[in-house]
Amino acid sequence: MSNIVLETKDLSFLYSKGTTSQVAAINDINVQIERGELVGVIGHTGSGKSTLIEHFNGILKPTSGSVFLDGNNIWQDKKGIRSVRFRVGVCFQYPEYQLFEDTVEKDVAFGPKNMGLSPKEIDLRVREALSFVGIDESYLEKSPFDLSGGEKRRVAIAGVMAMQPEVLVLDEPCAGLDPRGRDTVLSLIKSYKEKTGSTVIVVSHSMEDISRIATRILVMNESRLAYYDTVKGVFSHADELYSMGLDIPQYTRLFLLLKEAGYDVDTDIYTFEEAKRELLRLFGRRCRNAE
Amino acid sequence: MLSDITIGQYYKENSFVHRLDARMKLILTVLFIVIIFLCKNFFALALMLLLTGVSVILSKVPFRMFFKSIKPIVPIILFTVILNMIYIRGGTVLFSWWKLELTSKGVFTAVFMAFRIICLIFCSSLLTYTTAPTELTDAVERLLSPLKVFHVPVHSLAMMMTLALRFIPTLIEEIDRIMNAQKARGADFESGKFLNRVKAMIPVLIPLFVSAFRRAYELSFAMTCRCYHGGDGRTRMKQMKYRVADFVCIFVFAVALVGVILLNNFFGRLI
Repeated sequence: MSNIVLETKDLSFLYSKGTTSQVAAINDINVQIERGELVGVIGHTGSGKSTLIEHFNGILKPTSGSVFLDGNNIWQDKKGIRSVRFRVGVCFQYPEYQLFEDTVEKDVAFGPKNMGLSPKEIDLRVREALSFVGIDESYLEKSPFDLSGGEKRRVAIAGVMAMQPEVLVLDEPCAGLDPRGRDTVLSLIKSYKEKTGSTVIVVSHSMEDISRIATRILVMNESRLAYYDTVKGVFSHADELYSMGLDIPQYTRLFLLLKEAGYDVDTDIYTFEEAKRELLRLFGRRCRNAE
Repeated sequence: MLSDITIGQYYKENSFVHRLDARMKLILTVLFIVIIFLCKNFFALALMLLLTGVSVILSKVPFRMFFKSIKPIVPIILFTVILNMIYIRGGTVLFSWWKLELTSKGVFTAVFMAFRIICLIFCSSLLTYTTAPTELTDAVERLLSPLKVFHVPVHSLAMMMTLALRFIPTLIEEIDRIMNAQKARGADFESGKFLNRVKAMIPVLIPLFVSAFRRAYELSFAMTCRCYHGGDGRTRMKQMKYRVADFVCIFVFAVALVGVILLNNFFGRLI
C-alpha cells in the first residue's frame, strides 16, 4: 500500500458554471496527503478551504480533475461514493447543528448504523468515539439538545469519529468556542490522532491552533494552493503569508521581531512551550552576564 | 441544487413598471385578473393580450423570464385544453372517433382558455418580477389598513409575511448545509423506496426546525432590543406616494375594462 492516502490531481471546481457569475472556487489543486499526517489547512475567508474539503468525501463533484483515495478515483463508481464518505469522515463547521436524535447514543450511532454494522459493533464504536472526545458514558441517555455548546460540538465530532474513517476532516472545529473549549477540542484531536494513527485534516483560521497540532500545513490563497509543507517550511514564508492577508503565530512574530532587534534567537517558535524555553535561554544567559 | 429555486423572484431593473407604486401594481393586478375573466370573446381577449404585451415590454424584464414562470404551469394548461376540447360541444364537427367528438366550439374554447391562463401567469409574474418582496408586503399592509377598524392585526400580519419571505433563502441554505452534514455521515437521500426516503428526511427536518426556532428567538430578541412594539406610531423610511404615472395606468386599465365590456356585447360571446 502506498503511503499516500489522499491525492488530488488538477482539481478545479466552478460555482454557477456556464452563467455570467461563474466563479472558480478552487483552481488546479495538486496535493498528496500522506498517511498519518495531521494537516492544517489555512487560508483567508473565501480562499476555497471549505470547497476543497467538500471534494475529499465527494459532497461536491469536481468540475475537472480528480480525487484519489488510496490510489482509486472516488468518482470512478458513482454508487461507491457512500463508502468513500465512511472512509473519509468530514465534520463540517458548527457540527452541533446537525444533531437530531433524542439521545447522545443514538446520534453518535447514526453514522455506524448507516454503514450497516452489527448492534454490538455500533455500541462499541459509540463508546469508543465518546471516550475520544471526553464525553462520559453517563451522557449516553441524555438528549443532545440539553448539553452545553462545547459538549454538543464534541458529541457531533464523535458522530464522525464513530465511523472510524481513515481520514478525519474537521472544518473549523474550534469556531465559536471559548478558549477552554478550544484547548479541549485541539488536544482531543491530537490525542485521537496519536491513539488511532489515522490521518487528520483540520481547517482553521487560527495560526496558533494550527501550529500547535499540525505536522504539515496546507495554505490556500485565492482558490489556489499556495503551500503544502511542514510547519517550519510554511512559516518561513512570513512575508508571503502577510501579503495573502494571513498571519504567522504570534510567538513566531515576536521572535522574528527580536531577531530583527539584534537578539540571537531561534525563529522556529510556534507554541507557548517553545517560546518559554527560548525566552528562558535568552534571558537566563543575560542574567548570568549581569552577574 | 436547492439554491437554484427562485423564490421572491424580483428582477432588478429601473423601468416604468418597476417605478410604479407597489399598491397600485397590486390593485392593477387584481383588476387585470377580473377583466381577464370578464372577456367573453377573442376580440376582448386580444385587447387584454395587447395590454399584457405592452406591460411586459415596458417592464424591461427579459422574455425568457416569463417563459420560465410558464413552464411549471404547462401541465395545467394542457389538462385544461384537453378537457375543454373533449367536453365542449357545438359548431361543426371536425373529427370524431369512437365516442369522442372534436367540435369547432371545443377547439376555440380550448385555445381561449389557454391564452387566458397564460395571461394570468404573465401578469402575476410581472407583479413579482417588478416589485421587491418588501415593497409588496408594505403595499399589502397599506391596502389592508382600513381593516384595523375591525381589530385585524394588519401590521403584524404584514411583518410576519416580510420575515417569512426574508428567511426563505436562509433556510434553503441551512437545508443544504444540514443535508451535506448528514450525507457525510452516510445518510442516503437519493435511493430506496418512497417511505425510506421520507424517513431519510428526519435527520434533516429536526435540525432544521431546531435552528428555525433558534433564529426566531434570536430575531425576536433583537427586535425587542431595538424597541419594536408593533405598528402603532411606527414611521417609515420609505414613504409610498402615488404619482401621475400611477393614475395614468389606472386610467388605461379602466379604458381596457370599458373596451372589454363593449367588445363582449358587440361581437357576441364565445363562452
